Amino acid sequence: MTRYVLMVEDSAAFEPWREMARAALQCAIPPEAIDWRIRGGETDLFGQLADTDDGMEALTAAPFAKTVTLRASCIALLRDMLCHSDPGRFALAYRIAWRVQGNPHLLDVATDADIAKARIMVRQNRQDCHKMMAFVRFREQPVQSDEGEGRRRFLAWFEPQHHILERIAPFFSKRFTDMDWMILTPRGSICWNGKDLAYSAEACEQPELDDGFGDLWNTYYASTFNPARVRTKAMRREMPGRYWKDLPETRLIPQLVSGAEARVRAMAEQELQPAPAFHERLRSREERPVEFLPDLPESLDGLAARIRTCTSCPLHCSATQAVVGEGLANARIMVVGEQPGDQEDLAGRPFVGPAGQLLHEALGEAGVDRSALYLTNAVKHFRFRLQGRRRIHQNPHAEHVTACRPWLEQEIALIRPKLIVSLGATALRALDGPGMAMSDVRGTSWTVGTGENAVRRLALAHPSWLLRLGEGAQGEGERQRFVEGLARLRNFPDQSGL
Amino acid sequence: MKKSLSQRLAILSDAAKYDASCASSGSGRRDSAKSGGIGSTTGNGICHAYTPDGRCVSLLKILLTNFCVYDCAYCINRSSSNVERARFTPEEVVWLTLEFYRRNCIEGLFLSSGIIRSSDHTMEQLVQVARDLRLKHGFRGYIHLKTIPDASPRLLEEAGRYADRLSINVEMPTVAGLEQYAPQKKASGIRQAMGEMRLKIDAGKDRSHTGRRAERFSPGGQSTQMIVGADAASDQDILASSANLYGSYGLRRVYYSAFSPIPDASALLPAKSPPLQREHRLYQADWLFRFYGFAFGELTAGRADGMLDLELDPKLAWALDNRALFPVDLNRASKEMLLRVPGLGVKAVAAILRARRHQAVRLEDLARLNVSIRKVRPFVQTPGWSPARLTDRHDLRSLFSPAPQQMSLL
Repeated sequence: MTRYVLMVEDSAAFEPWREMARAALQCAIPPEAIDWRIRGGETDLFGQLADTDDGMEALTAAPFAKTVTLRASCIALLRDMLCHSDPGRFALAYRIAWRVQGNPHLLDVATDADIAKARIMVRQNRQDCHKMMAFVRFREQPVQSDEGEGRRRFLAWFEPQHHILERIAPFFSKRFTDMDWMILTPRGSICWNGKDLAYSAEACEQPELDDGFGDLWNTYYASTFNPARVRTKAMRREMPGRYWKDLPETRLIPQLVSGAEARVRAMAEQELQPAPAFHERLRSREERPVEFLPDLPESLDGLAARIRTCTSCPLHCSATQAVVGEGLANARIMVVGEQPGDQEDLAGRPFVGPAGQLLHEALGEAGVDRSALYLTNAVKHFRFRLQGRRRIHQNPHAEHVTACRPWLEQEIALIRPKLIVSLGATALRALDGPGMAMSDVRGTSWTVGTGENAVRRLALAHPSWLLRLGEGAQGEGERQRFVEGLARLRNFPDQSGL
Repeated sequence: MKKSLSQRLAILSDAAKYDASCASSGSGRRDSAKSGGIGSTTGNGICHAYTPDGRCVSLLKILLTNFCVYDCAYCINRSSSNVERARFTPEEVVWLTLEFYRRNCIEGLFLSSGIIRSSDHTMEQLVQVARDLRLKHGFRGYIHLKTIPDASPRLLEEAGRYADRLSINVEMPTVAGLEQYAPQKKASGIRQAMGEMRLKIDAGKDRSHTGRRAERFSPGGQSTQMIVGADAASDQDILASSANLYGSYGLRRVYYSAFSPIPDASALLPAKSPPLQREHRLYQADWLFRFYGFAFGELTAGRADGMLDLELDPKLAWALDNRALFPVDLNRASKEMLLRVPGLGVKAVAAILRARRHQAVRLEDLARLNVSIRKVRPFVQTPGWSPARLTDRHDLRSLFSPAPQQMSLL
């Protein structure tokens, strides 16, 4: 078997490798037959510098076997991994390119040794990029007087592990747009002047850097440390020691750690001190007389304030707030729904969610003036069950309806409506007690009480039930029935039996 | 004598450090390439340093002032504390943020404040800092603002326009705990503010039928923090409270902060702080809820006292309590079940699902996915490996428990 020696530069350059790999694949040269060498990097067994470009010449002379293609995902993986500094990366990349020819799904098999290794390299490159974004520290440089255009100049030193400079440069130019800066590294440098991003592969020397701003940063670093929780292992995992020398604040770490125990002990042993004077002033201002709440509130606002503090059933524990009724204070018609839903609970207003929107649409279609109504719910708190990150509506139980009934009764007593429309079975139960079946009374009306206190009742379906029926024939029919039922409110009171 | 900027920075960052959140993530990508100005966000957040407490430094986390009219027992800034007080002007905060940012020390600003005079006055000052950073200085880095309950809707709207994330702390996992330790704060007020923010955040994500975006409102969502170990709430109470917060208000994160000793502590507080391990276990449970499809109730179901196991991570403890579901066939099990195998993370599960379409996954292959074979072994089954009776061994737990340690003599 002929052996080929291919020379590559020790840099991130993907394109030269790609040219050689394409030529080799086209000639069907197996990975074992290629010796990838880094120029100027290694010497051969006899201490001599390795061969020249003979390999590439031999390749071009080899017989053409077939055209090859690589998927974009494969190119992306190889491009990412070739930034690594491992000298074996070129051989590994070629091996993967070779194997992918026979097995197009190879990249999906993360348990394959080659793919696993490539992915580790990619991950290490990303980590290196990430740490560079995190730990590069700019120091300000004096601006030469002749430039004088007002842009500030900054300089930084960093030692990346891999060939990531070109890849990371746009991050810095897009972030530090309005200042001139330069990042020097042993693997080259990048430089930005507001218009152009320049990259050089020439190794740099570490400059002396200090702009006197470090003290302020050290002050912040030291004070944001909590001595009661020393976890240096976690710190070292995320900020490995090799970065410390270019992060001036890390010089504080030994004294912060060694002093931590004493600081915590001092806190524990500190004796209770009298509170400062302004505390007493604040607290004395606070001790107002307890607000007097009459047994029966005389206004809707007073009632609302009491409902908001209601704790007579457990629903208040998980709901956001009690949702009180809304509308005309002396409305002739009162509409009672079931309970607030998700949106109502968040907004604190009744009928603002999907079912409420349906109600408002239907009222519009029926020609009923919304502003003449009073809208409220039988139960004032939202009852729900959690499913992952969602709240699923649940019907209130009889005990919740019972606990909330006094509020509904007081609302009715204050508004004194002539007609009460119940939406759904819960409102029916709250208004008329158990014993009436929704299916029997839906769409019908009747009178409750006599003389002065006579109130007409009308039972309709709940709009959320209509939502659940959907848009099929049944849904359309029921929706029409609902609108017709609401249309009866338009001329109330009239001779139509309402 | 007026304190120097450096002295005030020390006081006001010390006062802010008990807020655990330092995330600069969740706000999507943007940069200043076209807009000019300075700053960008990467979407994932960057931590620019780590302090010896193991926490990252991503944002400049400071208070505008640590004067406060509230007297919350757990707080270093409560009105009855003798801690040194200071305040920044909004201009000073803007200057500090920009100068640290230019030196690549931070991703942005986390600004909070003690309550001075009124909620609106305090909120107005916070909003002014964010407004100046965005409009005067073209700052496009990350801004996290604390929301003050009862502040006017106009200020909240403006805060949402400039901030990447808003937060309001529930402080205590239970209403009773809050009443006990923070008499001036009202749980209902906090919940209402969170509900209002959720509606605005959701509305901010909407697009109209023409594809126009709604006005920006806190694109990084909202978060909150609970103090662990100050009151008597069990882990079960805490996690139930989290479940409700995530479900009701769509929070991006709930932070758990083990109550930490503070200088000049209130006599109401317990003398001893809870083990940091407890906080760690709560975060693990939180992770299992957010990324692994666990319900919080499942994790504490097997625990008589409602506390998570301090020795074993919650997933392993759950698996040991539910051994009937194991071993799981790596090559056939559903994604949901694979996520429940102790030792398999989200990435490993994704890799297994992709790989097994093309070839059988064997136990030894897992090592290449950075999975601890020792940990998964009793719970999985592959060609060439069956745990046989290992799954049902009565002493299985002891294979995972940390080795007992000699107690210190002193």
